Amino acid sequence: MTLHILIRSLDRGAALFLIVIAAIALGVPALNLAVPESSAFHVPTYLVSLFGKYACYALLALSIDLIWGFCGILSLGHGAFFALGGYAMGMYLMRQIGTRGVYADPILPDFMVFLNWKQLPVYWYGFQYFPYAALMVVLVPGALAFVFGWFAFRSRVTGVYLSIITQALTFALMLGFFRNNFGFGGNNGLTDFKDILGFNVQAETTRAVLFAISCLAIMLGFFTCRAVVTSKFGKVLIAIRDAEARTRFLGYRVESYKLVVFTLSACMAAIAGALYVPQVGIINPSEFAPGNSIEAVIWVAVGGRGTLTGAVIGAVLVNYAKTFFTSGALAPYWLFMLGALFIAVTLLLPRGVVGTWRHWTALRRDRASAAAEDGVTDPLPAE
Amino acid sequence: MEALTAALLYLDGVTVSFDGFKALNNLSFAIEPGEMRAIIGPNGAGKTTMMDVVTGKTRPDLGEVIFDGLHNLTRLDETEIAELGIGRKFQKPTVFESHTVHDNLELALKSDRRARAALWWRESTDERRRIEQLLEIVRLTAVRDRFASSLSHGQRQWLEIGMLLAQEPKLLLVDEPAAGMTDAETRQTAALLREINRDRTVIVVEHDMAFVRDLDVKVTCLHEGSVLAEGTIDQVSANERVVEVYLGR
Repeated sequence: MTLHILIRSLDRGAALFLIVIAAIALGVPALNLAVPESSAFHVPTYLVSLFGKYACYALLALSIDLIWGFCGILSLGHGAFFALGGYAMGMYLMRQIGTRGVYADPILPDFMVFLNWKQLPVYWYGFQYFPYAALMVVLVPGALAFVFGWFAFRSRVTGVYLSIITQALTFALMLGFFRNNFGFGGNNGLTDFKDILGFNVQAETTRAVLFAISCLAIMLGFFTCRAVVTSKFGKVLIAIRDAEARTRFLGYRVESYKLVVFTLSACMAAIAGALYVPQVGIINPSEFAPGNSIEAVIWVAVGGRGTLTGAVIGAVLVNYAKTFFTSGALAPYWLFMLGALFIAVTLLLPRGVVGTWRHWTALRRDRASAAAEDGVTDPLPAE
Repeated sequence: MEALTAALLYLDGVTVSFDGFKALNNLSFAIEPGEMRAIIGPNGAGKTTMMDVVTGKTRPDLGEVIFDGLHNLTRLDETEIAELGIGRKFQKPTVFESHTVHDNLELALKSDRRARAALWWRESTDERRRIEQLLEIVRLTAVRDRFASSLSHGQRQWLEIGMLLAQEPKLLLVDEPAAGMTDAETRQTAALLREINRDRTVIVVEHDMAFVRDLDVKVTCLHEGSVLAEGTIDQVSANERVVEVYLGR
């Protein structure tokens, strides 16, 4: 049973991808910790953190590709699940500060003391325990996605209308989290973290381990997505993407399939957010900004939707470009470049980088085989 | 539950209006089990709306649709109706373009449709044999691994019919199966439908009179959302009002 899922999920490309990520997961920390700083091969700690950030974005991109590339659900609010996962982790990290805060209150985080709160709000209870916080990381965003999806998919909200309400969802959450009385630190968010599971979050080794864990999360997320999309469930998702009404007339309850995959995707995005927060050291309401979610969709479009590996590659490429361009003289023009990139990809490279590459190799294979009377190639995924 | 009627499908006084326009107007007819029925009528007669009502896409304003003597289809949605055993072929062939011919049939194959079952599903030898059989019936064995997007129009029509058969429905609704086909393909399609009719009830909506004649079954002619005439093709085409409606006065 499990073995057949393993075999089905891992074709050559997928296995190769996992090996590469595993090599990076081990290689980067090794080059950071074991190679002396004087060496040309040394990876400085700031780069480890930066790559760790990319890894979290890559997992977010995977989660978006799962629903957009395979089921045609274009969520423009996936940043909300990412941020909620991040907040759950941030709450754990805040409770770990204890008396080391500016106000040295053993229970209340600094911002609550500052607001003159006397007691910890009930919804902060339990977050000092890591297992509880870890559970909340997936449970809260998962439950939100489930409730949201239950209403949206049952009412048959699709296409651009669904995109708009996902956007509204993340915007509403952003406004909420900006408010001080919401109890999550208002516009400053949660920061000044000290420890995670007793390890200093600033320490080189902690950062290296967090990076490796983020890579592991990509591998697990990727494998989960592969297992889903190569199953019959995955075939139904593609059927829904291409001809939703037809799928209904075949007797499939489309809304249940969408709900399952949407909730799964939200949980993946939340885990990405939870890994992101200790590595960047802060979570604030701007993570809910609609622009962030749209940016994440662009990563997937650039890499190639419906390819999974493309989502990861797209996230890393675009974010590397962002790091590169926003640190130089071109910084003010970054958003224009991002916009131009999106338009260019949509017009010239609708399959994205990986999708186009696969298309070309498929074409070449067809031409090579004599039986290439007519083009048997991957059709473009429907919008 | 006691069967309300012996008919497999019984439409009773079905009325559907869109912004005041009555697409179906007090439409009533019955289809017996095992029957093949051709439904004809000029454009706008309500043929497609009738199919939409039966398959749950459109809810009628008035009237009842009883399936198998027990189920009132007007209270069910598309998925529930499909589960009861009503399959539908669309006018424009809709197959899943980015799936192979084989996968299209696999998706249509009668099975547990729930999400969890689909996650753990694995093709059994029985199902593999069934798919092979279907490929034979619809003459698509040679192209089983091709993407549906690369099929010709006629092949798509057959694939869709194959998908309908895979569902093992009690009742098949077939919307203009001969549209856009060559003469040879049309004849083959008629033969295929007759073959299907051996163990299933079939309703064919068709424009092509030659094709209907080929089928040689009872014909119901719709006009302005109600039944205008019913009988053999000769009786119906001899009916003065039918001629009037088709040719204009």
